[in-house]
Amino acid sequence: MPSTRIVQALNQALREEMDRDDRVVLLGEDIGVFEGSYRVTEGLQQRYGEARVKDTPISETAIIGAALGAALTGLRPVAEIQFNDFLACGMDQLCNQAAKIRFMLGGQVKVPMVVRAPYGATGRAAQHSQSLEAWFVHTPGLKVVMPSTPYDAKGLLKTAIRDDNPVLFLEHKLLYGATSPGGKAKTAVGELDEVFTPAPDHEYTIPFGAADVKRPGSDVTIVATGIMLHKSIRAAKQLSSEGIHCEVIDPRTLVPLDRETIIDSVKKTGRLVVVSEDVLSCGVTAEIAAVVAEHALFYLDAPIRRVAVPDTPIPFAPVMEQAVIPQVEDILKAVKSVVYR
Amino acid sequence: MDKDRALELYRKMVLIRRFEERLYQLFLTRPMPGSMHQYNGQEAVAVGVCAHLKKDDYITSTHRGHGHCIAKGAPTRAIMAEMFAKKTGCCRAMGGSMHIADFSMGMLGATGIVGSGIPVAVGAAWSCQYRESGQVVVSFFGEGASNEGAFHEALNLAGVWKLPVVFVCENNVYGFSTHYRRVTSVEHVADRASSYGLPGTVVDGMDLHEVYRVAGEALDRARKGNGPTLVECKTYRYMGHSRFEKASYRREDEVEEWKKRDPISSFGTFLRDQLRVPEEEVEGILDSVEKELDDAVRYAEESPDPEPQDYRQYIFAPEGA
Repeated sequence: MPSTRIVQALNQALREEMDRDDRVVLLGEDIGVFEGSYRVTEGLQQRYGEARVKDTPISETAIIGAALGAALTGLRPVAEIQFNDFLACGMDQLCNQAAKIRFMLGGQVKVPMVVRAPYGATGRAAQHSQSLEAWFVHTPGLKVVMPSTPYDAKGLLKTAIRDDNPVLFLEHKLLYGATSPGGKAKTAVGELDEVFTPAPDHEYTIPFGAADVKRPGSDVTIVATGIMLHKSIRAAKQLSSEGIHCEVIDPRTLVPLDRETIIDSVKKTGRLVVVSEDVLSCGVTAEIAAVVAEHALFYLDAPIRRVAVPDTPIPFAPVMEQAVIPQVEDILKAVKSVVYR
Repeated sequence: MDKDRALELYRKMVLIRRFEERLYQLFLTRPMPGSMHQYNGQEAVAVGVCAHLKKDDYITSTHRGHGHCIAKGAPTRAIMAEMFAKKTGCCRAMGGSMHIADFSMGMLGATGIVGSGIPVAVGAAWSCQYRESGQVVVSFFGEGASNEGAFHEALNLAGVWKLPVVFVCENNVYGFSTHYRRVTSVEHVADRASSYGLPGTVVDGMDLHEVYRVAGEALDRARKGNGPTLVECKTYRYMGHSRFEKASYRREDEVEEWKKRDPISSFGTFLRDQLRVPEEEVEGILDSVEKELDDAVRYAEESPDPEPQDYRQYIFAPEGA
């Protein structure tokens, strides 16, 4: 059965890789007996045993450090951090140790580890809602992956597990397609369209650094990740009825970033809107805008527009959360501002 | 401990001491890159613990790692070349003093962030347990690291998973300038073991025999699958925290008191008086150490510098498994 939900696709990727390679081991909070706070590891401890699927204490430093130590000594660990916000507790192990150890040791070691973490705003206030990808893009030595569909999630996670470098794998909570155990996080899957491609049962991987053009177009380039990709697709559909044809690109991996696909698209359309759920300053939208400004400035017919969270923590009240998280309306407005000039 | 073993360990301690003294002179007499944290005074700890380790057993080291590196068996040529930031250094001139490590000898890095090697050691021990490889792991760290969260998270995890790891705390009294009793809630770091369900032992870190005996027991326990141990070695660093400071925060008589218990002098006396090792044999060891270090310095001097762009190849490994 093809996986129509990201949570299934990730589970399938983990099973395939664990079947294929004994060295793949899992650790994290509540991933074993409870099967993961978002159910990504459902059935895995039962199938692979407690020695291979480890429930850990609430110790993010120890989780990431243990993954690193295991990776240096012959295993290929996949660690789950329950919310990407909690990565802050394990920052030293991820950013000072895992990201740099091969570098500091002059290439004597490989670090084949994956750290998975959910991100994105779901009504849980400022410490459980962030999109922190820019922190890690800013740390050379880490690869950063952000899938937006079940198809991409499976293929990219398999590539991440086989990669000999530390990979941060960020999963949007509203794209999992499963409600959290608290039952309050609504799924956005029902509102998505055909670009939300299912993951087939058969074996495949997706290379890092290969952006995917999710919707071709000729007038405006939109670059977006995660759930913003789907909001951008919705905006593009509406705009096409007005005769504006958007090309919507999902970078899929922020490190390595497929600059070429983005630059080529802007050279064709002459307009760029970048959409992201992280904050504006020094964020992903800033980086992509800078890349295009450096390499395709004279192809631009209008200023670059960025749609991102203003420089604020995520507020709790739904009405305020919705106000700071980019919506389809914000994307429509940004596109129109670069088209009607 | 038989005579051959005793002579081997004595030579290692002397090699570490003389390596540090040579480096001190080199930093005084010529431009050397970076800085360093020296191990003089603590030799019995690295040597007494590593004496029980096989080549494929693992250690994690600290910012004060020269002694661990030599004790675990890394060649002095490659260590010295790294100090000179030469292409032939054990870390290809990418780490220097603070990250000095030879992975082929089971070193999982030396780290400049206090306490950060401890969780890595726990992960390596998990890997040994999972692979049923029979390997063990030693994590070296200072008493200052026991005030970092990483220490507590790592010991708890090792305790609950019963991992084959020995935590070796080198209590050298000062964290940089600060006497540990001014900033540490317990007199003995070893007492903290009980919080995590592990045995904790205090040992005289200036006495090679004692370190050797206690580390042997702890490693035996780890190899038999009986779980981790915290061993606190009471020791002293003779030099300042790093190259740039002279430890003005310590009284001279305190330093002299510790030096009276110097691990190398006392073990030398043991060799001569108890094992009846002839003076010329001891002299021969000292001589061979000087020759080895002459060779290491010459090798470092004659080695090529790295190319300015060499760093690029170390950011990421080539992709595939």
